[in-house]
Amino acid sequence: MQAVFTRPKTLKDTPTHFCPGCTHGIAHRIVAEVIDELSIREKTIGIPGVGCCVFLYKYLDIDVLEAPHGRAPACATGMKRVLPDRIIFAYQGDGDMASIGTAEVIHAANRGENITVIYINNSVYGMTGGQMAPTTLLGQQTTTTPYGRNFRTEGYPIRMAEMLATLEGVAYSARVALHKPKYVMQAKKAVEKAFTMQINEMGFSVVEMLSTCNTNWRVSPTEAIDKLENEMIPYFPLGVFKERTGKDFL
Amino acid sequence: MRVLTKGNIALAEGAIQAGCKFYFGYPITPQNDIPEYLAKHLPRVGGTFIPAESEIASINMILGASAAGARAMTSSSGPGISLMQEGFSYLAGSELPAVIVNIMRIGPGLGGIAPTQGDYNQAVHGGGHGDYRNIVLAPASCQEMFDLTIKAFELADKYRNPAMILADAMVGQFQEPCRLTPKDPVIIPQKPWALTGAKGRPAQLIKSLFLGPGEMEIHNLDLKKKYDTMEQNEVMYETRHLDDADIMIIAFGTPSRIAKTAIQFLRQEGVRAGLLRPITLFPFPSKAIHEYSRRIHKVLVVEMNTGQMLRDVQLACHNGTKVYFYGRPGGGIPYPDDIMAQVKKIL
Repeated sequence: MQAVFTRPKTLKDTPTHFCPGCTHGIAHRIVAEVIDELSIREKTIGIPGVGCCVFLYKYLDIDVLEAPHGRAPACATGMKRVLPDRIIFAYQGDGDMASIGTAEVIHAANRGENITVIYINNSVYGMTGGQMAPTTLLGQQTTTTPYGRNFRTEGYPIRMAEMLATLEGVAYSARVALHKPKYVMQAKKAVEKAFTMQINEMGFSVVEMLSTCNTNWRVSPTEAIDKLENEMIPYFPLGVFKERTGKDFL
Repeated sequence: MRVLTKGNIALAEGAIQAGCKFYFGYPITPQNDIPEYLAKHLPRVGGTFIPAESEIASINMILGASAAGARAMTSSSGPGISLMQEGFSYLAGSELPAVIVNIMRIGPGLGGIAPTQGDYNQAVHGGGHGDYRNIVLAPASCQEMFDLTIKAFELADKYRNPAMILADAMVGQFQEPCRLTPKDPVIIPQKPWALTGAKGRPAQLIKSLFLGPGEMEIHNLDLKKKYDTMEQNEVMYETRHLDDADIMIIAFGTPSRIAKTAIQFLRQEGVRAGLLRPITLFPFPSKAIHEYSRRIHKVLVVEMNTGQMLRDVQLACHNGTKVYFYGRPGGGIPYPDDIMAQVKKIL
């Protein structure tokens, strides 16, 4: 019998720590598939930030460096300067990248560091128990916005993919979603594009992935999928915000 | 051949001679000669300089470069070093080598750019979170800025631990004749633990998170063993005129040099004073201080702070030793006369 669907080699056969219904594991699988298909497992190094993404090494069979909260793009910068021919990616959540680590990601992007950032946006701090993130939607209840996020006191949800796309050093910036098969296929294409950009030395690439957090959103997994579709996507539109076609920055 | 060189420049050239090819840093006075020199001279050895967006980014670029197996360095001063403390803790917890230079300026807060030794406690007793130690080397001359920088890279790699050069702005700024070639050939060890991509070997991991029951305790006990080994093998200090001394002056960095002048004058007057100068502040020369204090019952600690190394000296001294202190914490430099007056008051 012909196998038509198998586990990617780069994805370890191990139970996951993610909550049932969370779409984060899909991001891992996408990254693993792309690493396999581009045949770069033996020269790829992953740098996860702090939070739900920290256990990257439990799932991906690649070299991994754990970065302090928000600092993965700086760690990736240092590493890439030492090993310019390796494929180096940071792997961050929204609390990590859009809050504590904004300076590091903006400046790595602006320097045109030839690295990739996989950015999981679920609009909340997951591992610490559901506190407000910079990406928390207006009106969204979290443990630190118990009456719902109010722009007068907490400001507005931050759109990282669009913001990073304005920077000269950025080669590719896209936003995708992980909650339905057609989006997952688009997400995989974006990750493949981002890694290919790095292989071709085009500069900084980032893929923002809208992901569910049914536990901290306090809804069922199916309701979380509807919420992502009906509430997140209207504020965080999907699409490619920047794509370089040549090394015109050189 | 010796050349007239500034301390900060000797240090920067020392880093290059030590095989450091990666420097990431953010400007702050009084250490700017170091990044400026390296920005100019690293390219000649195929190295990389990045003007980082902050001290936080600098130390984390070091973390990434070190994890990839390179010799990497950053330098800063006072407030900048405070911002890097999280990174030191991660380097120590992840067992990664790195060299960090602190050309101290007066604090707390923005303070000022004059020389001080106010960062002793931060450097020697932590600063970052958790149970860890930095290797801390305290040069007192331009030559030592060069030599001890090479030594710092050796020790950092040997123990897979951050090593700090702790110098005051005087040592950074004054000029002296200096030999800018290493005494011994520089050997950079193989680093099979480095992350280079899992080619032909199982995937590797560098981390500092230990969540399993008891795992963190085991890790911390392993780190403690490493620090104990450093205390046995790596202590460095200099002594002068201690054989017949009635009083032992203990000082590091700039005050140790002023103390030498004071001791010379005191001896001309028939006062038998001697000096012990710690070169490693961690590991601290506690054993040596203890042994000398068994015979020399009077100790004067001279620092450019309000008494930070003083505590370590008090802990090290033999029971019954009287420990006195003279400190200048505001950017003022103690004069030989000041130290002589203190000694005469004690004896």
